[in-house]
Amino acid sequence: MGYDMPSRRFVLKAGAAAGGGLLLGLHLPSLARATAAPGAMDLAPNAFVRIDTHGTITLILPHTEFGQGIYTSSAMLMGEELDVGLDQIAVETAPPDIKHYIDPILGDEATGGSVSTRADWVRLREAAAVARTLMVAAAAKRWNVDPATCRVERGVIHDATGRSLAYGDVVSDAAQLPVPANVKLKDPSQFKLIGTSAKRIDTPSKVNGTAIYGIDIIVPNMRFGTVAITPVKGGKLASMDEAAARHVPGVQDVIRNDEGDAVAVIGDHMWAAKQGLEALNLKWDAGENGDVTLETIISTMDRASHNKGVVAKKEGDAAAAIRGAATQLSAIYQSPFLSHSPMEPLNCTLHIKPDSAEIWLGTQVPVRAQKAVAKVAGLPQDKVTVHNQLMGGAFGRRLDIDSVEVAASIAKHVSYPVKLVWTREEDLRHDYYRPYYYDRVAAGLDADGKLVGRTHRVTGPSILARWAPPAFKNGLDDDAVLCAAETPYEIPNEYVDYVRDEPRAMNTSWWRGVGPTHNLFVVESFIDELAHAAKQDPVEFRRGMLKTNPRALAVLNLAAEKSDWGSPLPRGTGRGVELQFAFGSYLCCVLEVEVTPPGEISVRRAVVAIDCGMTVNPDTVQAQIQGGLILGLGTAMYNEITLTGGAIDQSNFHDYRAMRINEAPKIEVYQIRNSEKPGGIGETGTAAAAPALGNAIFAATGKRLRRLPFGRGQLSGT
Amino acid sequence: MKVLSINGQSHQVDVPDDMPLLWVLRDVLGMTGTKFGCGIAQCGACTVHLAGQPVRSCLLPVSAIGARQVTTIEAVGQTPNGHKIQQAWLDKEVVQCGYCQSGQIMSATALLNQTPHPTDADIDAAMSGNICRCGTYVRIREAIHAAASV
Repeated sequence: MGYDMPSRRFVLKAGAAAGGGLLLGLHLPSLARATAAPGAMDLAPNAFVRIDTHGTITLILPHTEFGQGIYTSSAMLMGEELDVGLDQIAVETAPPDIKHYIDPILGDEATGGSVSTRADWVRLREAAAVARTLMVAAAAKRWNVDPATCRVERGVIHDATGRSLAYGDVVSDAAQLPVPANVKLKDPSQFKLIGTSAKRIDTPSKVNGTAIYGIDIIVPNMRFGTVAITPVKGGKLASMDEAAARHVPGVQDVIRNDEGDAVAVIGDHMWAAKQGLEALNLKWDAGENGDVTLETIISTMDRASHNKGVVAKKEGDAAAAIRGAATQLSAIYQSPFLSHSPMEPLNCTLHIKPDSAEIWLGTQVPVRAQKAVAKVAGLPQDKVTVHNQLMGGAFGRRLDIDSVEVAASIAKHVSYPVKLVWTREEDLRHDYYRPYYYDRVAAGLDADGKLVGRTHRVTGPSILARWAPPAFKNGLDDDAVLCAAETPYEIPNEYVDYVRDEPRAMNTSWWRGVGPTHNLFVVESFIDELAHAAKQDPVEFRRGMLKTNPRALAVLNLAAEKSDWGSPLPRGTGRGVELQFAFGSYLCCVLEVEVTPPGEISVRRAVVAIDCGMTVNPDTVQAQIQGGLILGLGTAMYNEITLTGGAIDQSNFHDYRAMRINEAPKIEVYQIRNSEKPGGIGETGTAAAAPALGNAIFAATGKRLRRLPFGRGQLSGT
Repeated sequence: MKVLSINGQSHQVDVPDDMPLLWVLRDVLGMTGTKFGCGIAQCGACTVHLAGQPVRSCLLPVSAIGARQVTTIEAVGQTPNGHKIQQAWLDKEVVQCGYCQSGQIMSATALLNQTPHPTDADIDAAMSGNICRCGTYVRIREAIHAAASV
């Protein structure tokens, strides 16, 4: 596999940093290569652990870091079973090698879907336990004692008589021993590292400017380029003024790709490239999508939503139950196209040579990136070396490799290494957007206000069918109905189906919170509508359907208690609740919201109760919920991507607004700790935001908003 | 040739007058701690100090700098408040993806330089030009208060 192992190497050194913290040095490839070549005497019993004769412990992490803290959490899993501290390890990102680093849940070498800890909870601990077992066995053999009489502390093996050997001392002996097929993992009661709020290993380099993201890569003789891609999907370049661009000081090359849908200007620096690109005065042929607007997409979806869908859930006879109900409700909910807009714009540094290629970028899918370059450059896959970097956010954007394909289609025309950086405008206008979804829901209440049946039809595109075709079975997209088909509630009659409708002119993909972010908005808003129709308190109404779901009930009760649910609030202010079982975790969010007379929404307080089972790092759990909620709230208030003439209307943070610190609420996170298996956490907060916010807006104003975003003038005059 | 004074060192650069400082730092001098986020002074990722004041380097032409001192994330830790802020960021575990944090730390340090004991309203005013898509605002606020109390 063409991968330069040491290129993503962190080396941790204890105690040297001012203030006594860890010093995390990020070594550039050229530096690391000289110091970290794997040796023949190293112990490397599996793809995840390597220990050399100096005792340097290197962990190879199968999941990539874009802020979620997975480098630290994965290292904690392994450090626990190795009996070493986080200050004693170095970590590397796994190379593209699907055989060894496939995510067993996603079925690809990929990071996403809040699955990493669930995927690694056992396999990384086992990988580390194997290494520990071998080293203890080697030491025990040398001392001629029973391995069971030995213990390990911070990488030093001790026997009952007080003798000790460091891991580095026994590595070469251990490497000769047969790798055990089965190892015993620690009982959770023995955990020293797992369950603690250990400091993140990537933080020190991120506060002093030394962390290297994909966009920061500098390689010798590299030039800088920026791209323009057809503004309308399927469009082609009609004309450009190449001479004008070449006249800009510092411009070296103007490259139009073979497909005719992208142009790059390459120069001595980004400024020359940017100025050159502007000078090109690009004209595009829109092609067949030039008439598409958001309105045409929505009306197509509305028509499709009348078709019978593929059944995702059928329990009893929902239609009959609703027909016979004392109170009947139905509604349409709409969720907009969304851009990911991570802070680090798309970028890719490439050096494509006749017989091989190297790329440097931050990607959630290293194997797909490798394949993409190989295909575009006409090279065998193993001739493409991928240097995967830290990502400045992703939110799902870097699960796709469209930008890598574009970059390769440019870079294959030049002989030198080139860093291609998307401007914010190009990034935002060529996203693979969170799909527009159009949901029809209906339900019935009996005379006592009890929910007797519900139907839910999800209409929208299938990301699964594009991204993982084998997972798209019988026309059903499981992700598109996630948290719609299954709810935490006991409901006697349910019918949920899915209508696939692919929008023209738009590429769609995963966005933080995936299916749950969209469906929880619909389901939890509608549950709230039903509670009010039943003249019941929304928390009480939910409680009534949770008699057989103690974990869901517990988070609901905890959030209600901590948020002072039911206590009086000033006029214009309201509380909203939402409850979810998503990504294997239970979460309840209560928001306190004020809506001021011009229709401005202000979130005053957020209370979240979470039960994600066994917890690797509680501080990371809290951080993910805080941050995820803020992303979700800002998005629910402000964000929608619209189209005119087939092209995206928004372009930058002035018209695709992000929540800012002055708008961010106080967020309290309460964690229920237990010994249940770990649930995912990275997307739960984002998924909670819109339903809790919509329900709080209703409580504050009496207005039920069924179309996101909420701040699109829908509240003016309230 | 222009001479720029950055982090106490003088650098000769041969670049166009209208070239923003951001690209001089990143692409000419190889100082990549200062980040590109939006290019239109909306996100604050590119914040540096110019004569002690926080400025958006993505829109600051090099010709406008003159002899004034530029301080970037690479050196702000050598100032008392810069060091306090960085330490508070570590203590409060503020960072997630980290990409915006260079700019956040530059803005926060400038705030402490100006206002040693900022209120929440002071923090809002000084920090609302810095976007964090990971949503680390709750901890940024805590960390600034913590740094101010050292």
